[in-house]
Amino acid sequence: MSEKIDQKQNFLKGIIKDNPVFVMLLGMCPVLGVTSTAFNGLGMGMATLFVLLMSNIVVSIIKSQVPAKVRIPAFIIIIASFVTIVEMVLEAFIPFLYEQLGIFIPLIVVNCLILGRAEAFASKNNLLSSIIDALGMGIGFTIALVALGASRELLGSGSLFDFRFVSEDASTLILFILPPGAFIALAYLSIIFNKVTAKMT
Amino acid sequence: MEYILIIIAAVFVNNIVLSQFLGICPFLGVSNKLSTSVGMSGAVLFVMTIATLVTYLLYQFVLTPMGMEYLRTITFILVIASLVQMVEIILKKVSPALYQALGVFLPLITTNCAVLGVAILALGLEDASLLKAVVFAIANAIGFALAIVVFSSIREKLELADLPEGMKGVPINLLVAGLLSLAFLGFAGLV
Amino acid sequence: MGKKASTFTNMTLTLFVITVVAGISLGYINQVTEGPIAQAKLQRTTNALNDVLPEFNNSPIDDMWKLKTEVVKDSIEIYPGMIDGERIGSAIVASSEKGYNGLIKIMVGFKPDGSIINIRVLEQKETPGLGTKIKNEKFISQYRDKNPATFNLKVKKDKGEVDAITGATITTRAYSEAVQLAYDILMENKTQEKTNE
Repeated sequence: MSEKIDQKQNFLKGIIKDNPVFVMLLGMCPVLGVTSTAFNGLGMGMATLFVLLMSNIVVSIIKSQVPAKVRIPAFIIIIASFVTIVEMVLEAFIPFLYEQLGIFIPLIVVNCLILGRAEAFASKNNLLSSIIDALGMGIGFTIALVALGASRELLGSGSLFDFRFVSEDASTLILFILPPGAFIALAYLSIIFNKVTAKMT
Repeated sequence: MEYILIIIAAVFVNNIVLSQFLGICPFLGVSNKLSTSVGMSGAVLFVMTIATLVTYLLYQFVLTPMGMEYLRTITFILVIASLVQMVEIILKKVSPALYQALGVFLPLITTNCAVLGVAILALGLEDASLLKAVVFAIANAIGFALAIVVFSSIREKLELADLPEGMKGVPINLLVAGLLSLAFLGFAGLV
Repeated sequence: MGKKASTFTNMTLTLFVITVVAGISLGYINQVTEGPIAQAKLQRTTNALNDVLPEFNNSPIDDMWKLKTEVVKDSIEIYPGMIDGERIGSAIVASSEKGYNGLIKIMVGFKPDGSIINIRVLEQKETPGLGTKIKNEKFISQYRDKNPATFNLKVKKDKGEVDAITGATITTRAYSEAVQLAYDILMENKTQEKTNE
Protein backbone atom coordinates (compact mmCIF):
# COMPACT_ATOMS: atom_id res chain seq x y z
CA MET A 1 0.00 0.00 0.00
CA SER A 2 2.67 2.45 1.00
CA GLU A 3 4.60 1.52 -2.15
CA LYS A 4 1.63 2.55 -4.30
CA ILE A 5 1.22 5.99 -2.74
CA ASP A 6 4.91 6.53 -3.09
CA GLN A 7 4.75 5.87 -6.85
CA LYS A 8 1.87 8.26 -7.34
CA GLN A 9 3.85 11.01 -5.62
CA ASN A 10 6.87 9.99 -7.62
CA PHE A 11 4.94 10.48 -10.86
CA LEU A 12 3.23 13.73 -9.90
CA LYS A 13 6.36 15.48 -8.63
CA GLY A 14 7.67 15.76 -12.19
CA ILE A 15 4.52 17.50 -13.30
CA ILE A 16 3.95 19.95 -10.47
CA LYS A 17 6.28 20.16 -7.49
CA ASP A 18 9.53 19.66 -9.38
CA ASN A 19 8.37 20.59 -12.87
CA PRO A 20 11.58 20.56 -14.93
CA VAL A 21 10.79 23.78 -16.77
CA PHE A 22 8.88 26.00 -14.37
CA VAL A 23 10.51 24.93 -11.10
CA MET A 24 13.91 23.44 -11.86
CA LEU A 25 14.71 25.46 -15.01
CA LEU A 26 16.30 22.46 -16.71
CA GLY A 27 16.68 22.02 -20.44
CA MET A 28 15.77 25.59 -21.23
CA CYS A 29 17.39 25.70 -24.67
CA PRO A 30 14.85 23.52 -26.48
CA VAL A 31 12.07 25.01 -24.33
CA LEU A 32 12.73 28.42 -25.81
CA GLY A 33 14.17 27.40 -29.15
CA VAL A 34 11.53 25.15 -30.70
CA THR A 35 8.28 26.38 -29.22
CA SER A 36 7.14 28.74 -31.95
CA THR A 37 4.22 26.35 -32.54
CA ALA A 38 2.34 23.93 -30.30
CA PHE A 39 3.13 21.03 -32.63
CA ASN A 40 6.89 21.62 -32.43
CA GLY A 41 6.61 21.77 -28.64
CA LEU A 42 4.77 18.45 -28.62
CA GLY A 43 7.31 16.85 -30.96
CA MET A 44 10.26 18.01 -28.89
CA GLY A 45 8.51 16.95 -25.67
CA MET A 46 7.89 13.44 -26.99
CA ALA A 47 11.45 13.08 -28.28
CA THR A 48 12.83 14.15 -24.91
CA LEU A 49 10.39 11.88 -23.08
CA PHE A 50 11.58 8.92 -25.13
CA VAL A 51 15.27 9.57 -24.50
CA LEU A 52 14.64 10.24 -20.82
CA LEU A 53 12.63 7.05 -20.39
CA MET A 54 15.12 4.83 -22.23
CA SER A 55 18.16 6.26 -20.49
CA ASN A 56 16.51 5.96 -17.07
CA ILE A 57 15.66 2.32 -17.82
CA VAL A 58 19.15 1.40 -19.02
CA VAL A 59 20.92 3.32 -16.26
CA SER A 60 18.72 1.73 -13.62
CA ILE A 61 19.43 -1.77 -14.97
CA ILE A 62 23.19 -1.45 -15.28
CA LYS A 63 23.78 0.80 -12.27
CA SER A 64 25.46 -1.86 -10.13
CA GLN A 65 27.84 -2.79 -12.96
CA VAL A 66 29.24 0.68 -13.54
CA PRO A 67 32.20 1.80 -11.42
CA ALA A 68 31.43 5.11 -9.73
CA LYS A 69 34.27 7.07 -11.30
CA VAL A 70 33.24 6.48 -14.90
CA ARG A 71 29.49 6.70 -14.39
CA ILE A 72 29.10 10.15 -15.97
CA PRO A 73 30.87 9.24 -19.25
CA ALA A 74 28.94 5.97 -19.29
CA PHE A 75 25.64 7.81 -18.89
CA ILE A 76 26.59 10.28 -21.60
CA ILE A 77 27.30 7.48 -24.08
CA ILE A 78 23.96 5.85 -23.29
CA ILE A 79 22.06 9.12 -23.68
CA ALA A 80 23.89 10.05 -26.89
CA SER A 81 23.03 6.66 -28.41
CA PHE A 82 19.32 7.12 -27.78
CA VAL A 83 19.45 10.67 -29.10
CA THR A 84 21.08 9.44 -32.30
CA ILE A 85 18.36 6.81 -32.64
CA VAL A 86 15.68 9.49 -32.26
CA GLU A 87 17.49 11.63 -34.82
CA MET A 88 17.63 8.87 -37.43
CA VAL A 89 14.07 7.69 -36.86
CA LEU A 90 12.66 11.23 -37.11
CA GLU A 91 14.61 11.94 -40.28
CA ALA A 92 13.33 8.74 -41.84
CA PHE A 93 9.69 8.80 -40.81
CA ILE A 94 8.72 12.35 -39.79
CA PRO A 95 11.04 14.48 -41.99
CA PHE A 96 8.81 17.53 -41.51
CA LEU A 97 9.35 17.54 -37.75
CA TYR A 98 13.04 16.72 -38.23
CA GLU A 99 13.51 19.90 -40.23
CA GLN A 100 11.51 22.02 -37.82
CA LEU A 101 13.44 20.93 -34.74
CA GLY A 102 16.78 21.06 -36.55
CA ILE A 103 19.83 21.35 -34.34
CA PHE A 104 17.80 20.92 -31.17
CA ILE A 105 17.50 17.17 -31.80
CA PRO A 106 21.21 16.37 -31.37
CA LEU A 107 21.23 18.87 -28.52
CA ILE A 108 18.88 16.65 -26.50
CA VAL A 109 22.18 15.04 -25.42
CA VAL A 110 23.11 18.09 -23.38
CA ASN A 111 19.64 18.62 -21.97
CA CYS A 112 20.59 18.76 -18.28
CA LEU A 113 17.21 17.23 -17.41
CA ILE A 114 18.19 13.82 -18.81
CA LEU A 115 21.68 13.55 -17.34
CA GLY A 116 20.30 15.04 -14.15
CA ARG A 117 17.63 12.35 -13.76
CA ALA A 118 20.07 9.57 -14.66
CA GLU A 119 22.55 10.77 -12.05
CA ALA A 120 20.17 11.90 -9.31
CA PHE A 121 17.45 9.30 -9.62
CA ALA A 122 17.93 6.29 -11.89
CA SER A 123 21.41 5.46 -10.60
CA LYS A 124 20.01 5.14 -7.07
CA ASN A 125 16.55 3.63 -7.53
CA ASN A 126 14.99 0.45 -8.88
CA LEU A 127 13.65 -0.06 -12.36
CA LEU A 128 9.97 0.62 -11.68
CA SER A 129 10.59 3.84 -9.77
CA SER A 130 12.99 5.01 -12.49
CA ILE A 131 10.41 4.39 -15.21
CA ILE A 132 7.75 6.30 -13.29
CA ASP A 133 10.17 9.11 -12.53
CA ALA A 134 11.05 9.40 -16.22
CA LEU A 135 7.39 9.39 -17.25
CA GLY A 136 6.50 12.08 -14.71
CA MET A 137 9.42 14.31 -15.60
CA GLY A 138 8.99 13.74 -19.32
CA ILE A 139 5.28 14.50 -19.24
CA GLY A 140 5.87 17.57 -17.06
CA PHE A 141 8.44 18.75 -19.60
CA THR A 142 6.09 18.05 -22.52
CA ILE A 143 3.19 19.89 -20.87
CA ALA A 144 5.37 22.93 -20.37
CA LEU A 145 6.57 22.86 -23.99
CA VAL A 146 3.08 22.45 -25.39
CA ALA A 147 1.70 25.21 -23.14
CA LEU A 148 4.44 27.59 -24.24
CA GLY A 149 4.15 26.57 -27.88
CA ALA A 150 0.37 26.90 -27.85
CA SER A 151 0.36 30.36 -26.30
CA ARG A 152 3.07 31.60 -28.67
CA GLU A 153 1.34 30.15 -31.72
CA LEU A 154 -2.03 31.52 -30.66
CA LEU A 155 -0.73 35.05 -30.05
CA GLY A 156 1.87 35.09 -32.79
CA SER A 157 0.14 33.43 -35.73
CA GLY A 158 -3.47 33.25 -34.60
CA SER A 159 -3.60 29.47 -34.93
CA LEU A 160 -3.36 26.37 -32.78
CA PHE A 161 -1.87 23.07 -34.00
CA ASP A 162 -2.02 24.67 -37.48
CA PHE A 163 -5.76 25.27 -37.18
CA ARG A 164 -6.21 28.95 -38.09
CA PHE A 165 -8.55 31.22 -36.16
CA VAL A 166 -7.85 34.29 -38.25
CA SER A 167 -7.25 34.78 -41.98
CA GLU A 168 -3.79 34.26 -43.44
CA ASP A 169 -2.92 37.92 -43.70
CA ALA A 170 -4.47 39.20 -40.49
CA SER A 171 -2.12 41.18 -38.26
CA THR A 172 -1.06 39.07 -35.30
CA LEU A 173 1.39 39.69 -32.48
CA ILE A 174 4.38 38.50 -34.50
CA LEU A 175 6.63 39.32 -31.54
CA PHE A 176 5.57 36.08 -29.91
CA ILE A 177 6.91 33.80 -32.61
CA LEU A 178 10.16 35.78 -32.75
CA PRO A 179 12.95 34.99 -30.26
CA PRO A 180 12.08 37.73 -27.71
CA GLY A 181 8.54 36.39 -27.51
CA ALA A 182 9.85 33.07 -26.21
CA PHE A 183 11.38 34.71 -23.15
CA ILE A 184 8.41 36.98 -22.54
CA ALA A 185 5.78 34.26 -22.91
CA LEU A 186 7.72 31.92 -20.62
CA ALA A 187 8.04 34.69 -18.02
CA TYR A 188 4.27 35.12 -17.82
CA LEU A 189 3.58 31.39 -17.99
CA SER A 190 5.84 30.79 -15.00
CA ILE A 191 4.05 33.53 -13.04
CA ILE A 192 0.76 31.78 -13.78
CA PHE A 193 2.25 28.39 -12.89
CA ASN A 194 3.54 29.71 -9.56
CA LYS A 195 0.18 31.29 -8.70
CA VAL A 196 -1.77 28.15 -9.54
CA THR A 197 0.53 25.74 -7.71
CA ALA A 198 0.77 28.07 -4.70
CA LYS A 199 -3.01 27.87 -4.34
CA MET A 200 -3.05 24.11 -4.74
CA THR A 201 -0.63 23.41 -1.91
CA MET B 1 35.91 40.69 -45.39
CA GLU B 2 34.20 37.33 -45.34
CA TYR B 3 35.51 36.69 -41.85
CA ILE B 4 34.35 40.07 -40.61
CA LEU B 5 30.87 39.19 -41.86
CA ILE B 6 30.96 35.88 -40.00
CA ILE B 7 31.97 37.66 -36.82
CA ILE B 8 29.31 40.37 -37.05
CA ALA B 9 26.66 37.81 -37.93
CA ALA B 10 27.55 35.54 -35.02
CA VAL B 11 27.99 38.25 -32.39
CA PHE B 12 25.06 40.52 -33.21
CA VAL B 13 22.66 39.25 -35.85
CA ASN B 14 22.36 35.60 -34.87
CA ASN B 15 23.50 35.95 -31.30
CA ILE B 16 23.91 32.46 -29.99
CA VAL B 17 22.02 33.06 -26.76
CA LEU B 18 19.46 35.69 -27.62
CA SER B 19 18.34 34.52 -31.03
CA GLN B 20 19.53 30.91 -31.34
CA PHE B 21 18.67 29.90 -27.77
CA LEU B 22 21.87 27.96 -27.18
CA GLY B 23 23.59 28.12 -23.80
CA ILE B 24 20.49 29.29 -21.98
CA CYS B 25 21.29 27.27 -18.84
CA PRO B 26 24.51 29.12 -17.94
CA PHE B 27 22.97 32.33 -19.25
CA LEU B 28 20.21 32.12 -16.63
CA GLY B 29 22.17 30.13 -14.06
CA VAL B 30 25.49 31.87 -13.50
CA SER B 31 24.59 35.43 -14.39
CA ASN B 32 23.73 36.80 -10.95
CA LYS B 33 27.15 38.42 -10.61
CA LEU B 34 29.18 40.26 -13.22
CA SER B 35 32.41 38.61 -12.08
CA THR B 36 31.10 35.04 -12.43
CA SER B 37 29.68 35.75 -15.86
CA VAL B 38 33.06 37.06 -17.02
CA GLY B 39 34.69 33.88 -15.71
CA MET B 40 32.13 31.70 -17.46
CA SER B 41 32.65 33.59 -20.72
CA GLY B 42 36.38 32.97 -20.52
CA ALA B 43 35.87 29.27 -19.97
CA VAL B 44 33.39 29.06 -22.85
CA LEU B 45 35.74 30.90 -25.22
CA PHE B 46 38.49 28.48 -24.34
CA VAL B 47 36.54 25.25 -24.63
CA MET B 48 34.36 26.26 -27.58
CA THR B 49 37.36 27.14 -29.75
CA ILE B 50 39.31 23.98 -29.00
CA ALA B 51 36.22 21.76 -29.19
CA THR B 52 35.20 23.11 -32.61
CA LEU B 53 38.77 22.71 -33.88
CA VAL B 54 38.96 19.08 -32.78
CA THR B 55 35.44 18.03 -33.77
CA TYR B 56 35.77 19.68 -37.19
CA LEU B 57 38.96 17.76 -37.96
CA LEU B 58 37.49 14.57 -36.60
CA TYR B 59 34.35 14.91 -38.71
CA GLN B 60 36.17 15.79 -41.93
CA PHE B 61 39.03 13.31 -41.68
CA VAL B 62 37.65 10.39 -39.68
CA LEU B 63 33.86 10.18 -39.69
CA THR B 64 33.15 11.31 -43.27
CA PRO B 65 35.77 9.11 -44.99
CA MET B 66 34.51 6.12 -43.01
CA GLY B 67 30.88 6.89 -43.86
CA MET B 68 29.95 7.08 -40.20
CA GLU B 69 28.41 10.54 -40.08
CA TYR B 70 25.61 9.15 -37.99
CA LEU B 71 28.01 8.81 -35.06
CA ARG B 72 28.41 12.62 -35.06
CA THR B 73 26.43 13.38 -31.92
CA ILE B 74 27.98 10.66 -29.78
CA THR B 75 31.54 11.40 -30.93
CA PHE B 76 31.22 15.13 -30.45
CA ILE B 77 29.82 14.93 -26.94
CA LEU B 78 32.56 12.48 -25.91
CA VAL B 79 35.22 14.74 -27.39
CA ILE B 80 33.80 17.73 -25.55
CA ALA B 81 33.49 15.87 -22.26
CA SER B 82 37.05 14.59 -22.39
CA LEU B 83 38.38 17.93 -23.63
CA VAL B 84 36.87 19.66 -20.64
CA GLN B 85 38.60 17.16 -18.36
CA MET B 86 41.90 17.60 -20.15
CA VAL B 87 41.72 21.38 -20.16
CA GLU B 88 41.06 21.22 -16.45
CA ILE B 89 44.10 19.04 -15.77
CA ILE B 90 46.41 21.01 -18.04
CA LEU B 91 45.32 24.37 -16.69
CA LYS B 92 45.92 23.18 -13.16
CA LYS B 93 49.53 22.30 -14.03
CA VAL B 94 50.41 25.08 -16.45
CA SER B 95 48.60 28.12 -15.19
CA PRO B 96 47.22 27.87 -11.66
CA ALA B 97 46.08 31.50 -11.85
CA LEU B 98 43.89 30.84 -14.87
CA TYR B 99 42.67 27.64 -13.25
CA GLN B 100 41.65 29.64 -10.19
CA ALA B 101 39.61 31.94 -12.40
CA LEU B 102 37.96 29.37 -14.68
CA GLY B 103 38.16 26.13 -12.70
CA VAL B 104 34.71 26.08 -11.17
CA PHE B 105 33.03 26.74 -14.52
CA LEU B 106 34.77 24.02 -16.50
CA PRO B 107 32.69 21.02 -15.34
CA LEU B 108 29.51 22.96 -16.11
CA ILE B 109 30.56 23.40 -19.72
CA THR B 110 30.09 19.76 -20.71
CA THR B 111 26.36 20.27 -20.56
CA ASN B 112 26.46 23.75 -22.08
CA CYS B 113 24.63 23.16 -25.31
CA ALA B 114 26.28 26.18 -26.91
CA VAL B 115 29.54 24.23 -27.20
CA LEU B 116 28.00 21.18 -28.88
CA GLY B 117 25.67 23.42 -30.86
CA VAL B 118 28.49 25.52 -32.33
CA ALA B 119 30.52 22.41 -33.13
CA ILE B 120 27.57 21.05 -35.13
CA LEU B 121 26.65 24.37 -36.73
CA ALA B 122 30.26 24.89 -37.85
CA LEU B 123 29.94 21.82 -40.08
CA GLY B 124 27.12 23.47 -41.98
CA LEU B 125 28.92 26.72 -42.86
CA GLU B 126 29.11 27.64 -46.53
CA ASP B 127 32.44 26.65 -48.11
CA ALA B 128 33.48 25.41 -44.70
CA SER B 129 37.17 25.33 -43.92
CA LEU B 130 39.04 24.74 -40.71
CA LEU B 131 39.94 28.42 -40.35
CA LYS B 132 36.35 29.44 -40.94
CA ALA B 133 35.07 26.98 -38.36
CA VAL B 134 37.50 28.30 -35.76
CA VAL B 135 36.64 31.93 -36.51
CA PHE B 136 32.98 30.98 -36.24
CA ALA B 137 33.57 29.37 -32.83
CA ILE B 138 35.47 32.38 -31.48
CA ALA B 139 32.82 34.77 -32.78
CA ASN B 140 30.05 32.77 -31.13
CA ALA B 141 31.96 32.67 -27.86
CA ILE B 142 32.24 36.47 -28.03
CA GLY B 143 28.51 36.64 -28.72
CA PHE B 144 27.88 34.47 -25.67
CA ALA B 145 30.15 36.68 -23.56
CA LEU B 146 28.45 39.86 -24.75
CA ALA B 147 24.98 38.53 -23.94
CA ILE B 148 25.82 37.16 -20.51
CA VAL B 149 27.90 40.17 -19.41
CA VAL B 150 25.20 42.65 -20.39
CA PHE B 151 22.55 40.46 -18.77
CA SER B 152 24.41 40.07 -15.48
CA SER B 153 25.10 43.79 -15.27
CA ILE B 154 21.36 44.40 -15.53
CA ARG B 155 20.63 41.73 -12.95
CA GLU B 156 23.03 43.30 -10.45
CA LYS B 157 21.11 46.55 -10.66
CA LEU B 158 17.78 44.76 -10.62
CA GLU B 159 18.48 43.24 -7.23
CA LEU B 160 17.86 46.61 -5.65
CA ALA B 161 14.64 47.23 -7.53
CA ASP B 162 11.25 47.00 -5.86
CA LEU B 163 9.29 44.32 -7.72
CA PRO B 164 5.79 42.88 -7.40
CA GLU B 165 5.88 39.57 -5.49
CA GLY B 166 5.02 37.33 -8.45
CA MET B 167 7.66 38.92 -10.66
CA LYS B 168 10.60 38.18 -8.39
CA GLY B 169 13.19 35.64 -9.41
CA VAL B 170 12.75 33.74 -12.64
CA PRO B 171 9.97 35.76 -14.34
CA ILE B 172 11.73 39.13 -14.18
CA ASN B 173 14.97 37.55 -15.43
CA LEU B 174 13.14 36.05 -18.38
CA LEU B 175 11.49 39.38 -19.14
CA VAL B 176 14.85 41.15 -19.10
CA ALA B 177 16.26 38.48 -21.39
CA GLY B 178 13.25 39.02 -23.67
CA LEU B 179 13.90 42.75 -23.86
CA LEU B 180 17.60 42.14 -24.56
CA SER B 181 16.65 39.73 -27.31
CA LEU B 182 14.28 42.36 -28.70
CA ALA B 183 17.16 44.83 -28.78
CA PHE B 184 19.33 42.34 -30.66
CA LEU B 185 16.50 41.82 -33.15
CA GLY B 186 17.35 45.31 -34.34
CA PHE B 187 20.56 43.93 -35.84
CA ALA B 188 18.63 41.56 -38.12
CA GLY B 189 19.20 42.19 -41.80
CA LEU B 190 22.54 43.86 -41.08
CA VAL B 191 24.54 41.24 -42.93
CA MET C 1 24.35 -1.70 -3.28
CA GLY C 2 26.98 -3.84 -4.98
CA LYS C 3 28.80 -1.16 -6.93
CA LYS C 4 31.88 -2.36 -8.70
CA ALA C 5 35.17 -0.99 -7.46
CA SER C 6 36.72 1.77 -9.56
CA THR C 7 39.81 -0.15 -10.59
CA PHE C 8 41.45 0.67 -13.87
CA THR C 9 40.46 -2.63 -15.51
CA ASN C 10 36.89 -2.31 -14.35
CA MET C 11 36.53 1.24 -15.63
CA THR C 12 38.09 0.54 -19.02
CA LEU C 13 36.12 -2.64 -19.45
CA THR C 14 32.79 -1.01 -18.57
CA LEU C 15 33.27 1.93 -20.92
CA PHE C 16 34.51 -0.39 -23.64
CA VAL C 17 31.49 -2.67 -23.37
CA ILE C 18 29.04 0.25 -23.33
CA THR C 19 30.70 1.85 -26.35
CA VAL C 20 30.71 -1.38 -28.34
CA VAL C 21 27.05 -2.07 -27.58
CA ALA C 22 26.13 1.52 -28.44
CA GLY C 23 28.17 1.43 -31.66
CA ILE C 24 26.67 -1.82 -32.86
CA SER C 25 23.09 -0.84 -32.13
CA LEU C 26 23.55 2.54 -33.83
CA GLY C 27 25.08 0.88 -36.85
CA TYR C 28 22.09 -1.43 -37.05
CA ILE C 29 19.53 1.38 -36.74
CA ASN C 30 21.45 3.38 -39.31
CA GLN C 31 21.12 0.50 -41.76
CA VAL C 32 17.41 0.21 -41.08
CA THR C 33 16.69 3.92 -41.50
CA GLU C 34 19.06 4.62 -44.42
CA GLY C 35 16.51 3.60 -47.04
CA PRO C 36 13.56 5.53 -45.59
CA ILE C 37 15.75 8.65 -45.14
CA ALA C 38 16.78 8.64 -48.80
CA GLN C 39 13.15 8.01 -49.73
CA ALA C 40 11.93 10.91 -47.59
CA LYS C 41 14.40 13.28 -49.27
CA LEU C 42 13.30 12.12 -52.72
CA GLN C 43 9.67 12.48 -51.70
CA ARG C 44 10.20 16.19 -50.93
CA THR C 45 11.46 16.87 -54.44
CA THR C 46 8.69 14.76 -55.96
CA ASN C 47 6.03 16.62 -53.98
CA ALA C 48 7.42 19.97 -55.11
CA LEU C 49 7.55 18.78 -58.72
CA ASN C 50 3.94 17.63 -58.62
CA ASP C 51 3.01 21.06 -57.34
CA VAL C 52 4.74 23.15 -59.97
CA LEU C 53 4.43 21.02 -63.10
CA PRO C 54 1.41 19.86 -65.08
CA GLU C 55 0.92 16.11 -65.14
CA PHE C 56 3.94 14.30 -66.57
CA ASN C 57 4.78 10.66 -67.26
CA ASN C 58 8.57 10.77 -67.37
CA SER C 59 10.78 10.85 -64.31
CA PRO C 60 11.99 14.46 -64.00
CA ILE C 61 14.35 13.46 -61.21
CA ASP C 62 16.24 11.06 -63.47
CA ASP C 63 16.20 13.56 -66.34
CA MET C 64 17.41 16.43 -64.16
CA TRP C 65 20.62 18.26 -65.00
CA LYS C 66 22.60 20.89 -63.16
CA LEU C 67 24.06 24.18 -64.30
CA LYS C 68 26.72 26.36 -62.74
CA THR C 69 26.23 30.13 -62.94
CA GLU C 70 28.18 33.06 -61.66
CA VAL C 71 25.08 34.63 -60.13
CA VAL C 72 24.56 32.25 -57.20
CA LYS C 73 26.80 29.80 -55.39
CA ASP C 74 24.36 26.90 -55.48
CA SER C 75 24.14 25.13 -58.79
CA ILE C 76 20.85 25.44 -60.58
CA GLU C 77 18.77 22.35 -61.21
CA ILE C 78 16.53 21.87 -64.21
CA TYR C 79 13.82 19.21 -64.14
CA PRO C 80 12.07 18.66 -67.50
CA GLY C 81 8.46 17.48 -67.36
CA MET C 82 7.39 15.42 -70.38
CA ILE C 83 4.50 13.42 -71.72
CA ASP C 84 5.57 10.66 -74.11
CA GLY C 85 8.85 12.42 -74.76
CA GLU C 86 7.33 15.82 -75.47
CA ARG C 87 8.32 18.66 -73.15
CA ILE C 88 5.25 20.04 -71.38
CA GLY C 89 7.03 22.16 -68.83
CA SER C 90 10.21 22.68 -66.82
CA ALA C 91 10.78 23.04 -63.13
CA ILE C 92 13.82 25.09 -62.18
CA VAL C 93 15.40 25.30 -58.75
CA ALA C 94 16.94 28.73 -58.28
CA SER C 95 17.97 30.77 -55.28
CA SER C 96 18.93 34.21 -54.06
CA GLU C 97 21.13 35.09 -51.13
CA LYS C 98 19.67 38.55 -50.74
CA GLY C 99 16.86 37.50 -48.42
CA TYR C 100 16.50 39.22 -45.06
CA ASN C 101 18.34 36.34 -43.42
CA GLY C 102 20.21 35.07 -46.45
CA LEU C 103 19.35 32.19 -48.72
CA ILE C 104 15.93 31.76 -50.29
CA LYS C 105 15.62 28.69 -52.51
CA ILE C 106 12.59 28.14 -54.69
CA MET C 107 11.31 25.81 -57.38
CA VAL C 108 9.53 27.49 -60.29
CA GLY C 109 7.45 25.59 -62.81
CA PHE C 110 7.26 27.04 -66.34
CA LYS C 111 5.13 26.20 -69.35
CA PRO C 112 7.07 25.72 -72.60
CA ASP C 113 6.18 29.30 -73.61
CA GLY C 114 7.85 30.62 -70.45
CA SER C 115 4.81 31.55 -68.38
CA ILE C 116 4.85 30.62 -64.71
CA ILE C 117 2.74 27.67 -63.57
CA ASN C 118 3.48 27.66 -59.85
CA ILE C 119 6.22 28.40 -57.32
CA ARG C 120 7.26 26.45 -54.24
CA VAL C 121 9.64 27.63 -51.52
CA LEU C 122 12.22 24.94 -50.76
CA GLU C 123 14.43 26.71 -48.22
CA GLN C 124 14.19 30.03 -46.42
CA LYS C 125 15.23 31.62 -43.14
CA GLU C 126 13.01 34.69 -43.26
CA THR C 127 11.30 36.29 -40.27
CA PRO C 128 8.38 34.12 -39.12
CA GLY C 129 5.08 35.90 -39.69
CA LEU C 130 6.54 38.48 -42.10
CA GLY C 131 8.95 37.11 -44.68
CA THR C 132 7.44 33.64 -44.42
CA LYS C 133 4.32 34.97 -46.16
CA ILE C 134 6.13 34.15 -49.42
CA LYS C 135 4.59 30.71 -48.89
CA ASN C 136 1.05 32.09 -48.78
CA GLU C 137 -1.37 31.47 -51.60
CA LYS C 138 -2.29 35.15 -51.83
CA PHE C 139 1.31 36.11 -52.54
CA ILE C 140 2.04 33.33 -55.03
CA SER C 141 -1.15 33.95 -57.01
CA GLN C 142 0.19 37.22 -58.40
CA TYR C 143 2.94 35.31 -60.23
CA ARG C 144 0.78 32.53 -61.60
CA ASP C 145 0.15 32.46 -65.37
CA LYS C 146 2.36 35.52 -65.83
CA ASN C 147 5.05 35.44 -68.48
CA PRO C 148 8.20 37.20 -67.27
CA ALA C 149 8.76 38.35 -70.87
CA THR C 150 5.85 40.76 -70.43
CA PHE C 151 5.44 40.84 -66.64
CA ASN C 152 8.09 42.92 -64.85
CA LEU C 153 9.23 40.79 -61.93
CA LYS C 154 10.58 43.73 -59.93
CA VAL C 155 8.58 45.00 -56.95
CA LYS C 156 6.44 48.11 -57.44
CA LYS C 157 8.88 50.23 -55.42
CA ASP C 158 11.52 49.43 -58.05
CA LYS C 159 9.09 50.23 -60.89
CA GLY C 160 8.07 46.61 -61.42
CA GLU C 161 4.68 44.94 -61.15
CA VAL C 162 5.02 42.76 -58.03
CA ASP C 163 3.14 43.69 -54.87
CA ALA C 164 5.66 43.42 -52.06
CA ILE C 165 4.61 41.83 -48.76
CA THR C 166 3.99 44.54 -46.18
CA GLY C 167 7.03 44.76 -43.95
CA ALA C 168 9.03 42.33 -46.05
CA THR C 169 10.12 44.20 -49.17
CA ILE C 170 13.64 42.79 -48.96
CA THR C 171 12.28 39.25 -48.87
CA THR C 172 9.98 39.92 -51.81
CA ARG C 173 12.86 41.42 -53.80
CA ALA C 174 15.05 38.37 -53.23
CA TYR C 175 12.18 36.03 -54.08
CA SER C 176 11.43 37.85 -57.31
CA GLU C 177 15.11 37.89 -58.16
CA ALA C 178 15.22 34.12 -57.83
CA VAL C 179 12.15 33.80 -60.08
CA GLN C 180 13.84 36.05 -62.65
CA LEU C 181 17.00 33.94 -62.47
CA ALA C 182 14.96 30.79 -63.02
CA TYR C 183 13.33 32.41 -66.07
CA ASP C 184 16.66 33.57 -67.52
CA ILE C 185 18.07 30.07 -67.14
CA LEU C 186 15.01 28.62 -68.83
CA MET C 187 15.37 30.96 -71.79
CA GLU C 188 19.10 30.28 -72.19
CA ASN C 189 18.59 26.52 -72.09
CA LYS C 190 15.29 26.28 -73.87
CA THR C 191 16.34 23.75 -76.42
CA GLN C 192 18.88 21.87 -74.34
CA GLU C 193 18.36 18.35 -73.12
CA LYS C 194 20.22 16.37 -70.55
CA THR C 195 22.22 14.50 -73.18
CA ASN C 196 23.80 17.52 -74.87
CA GLU C 197 24.71 19.20 -71.62
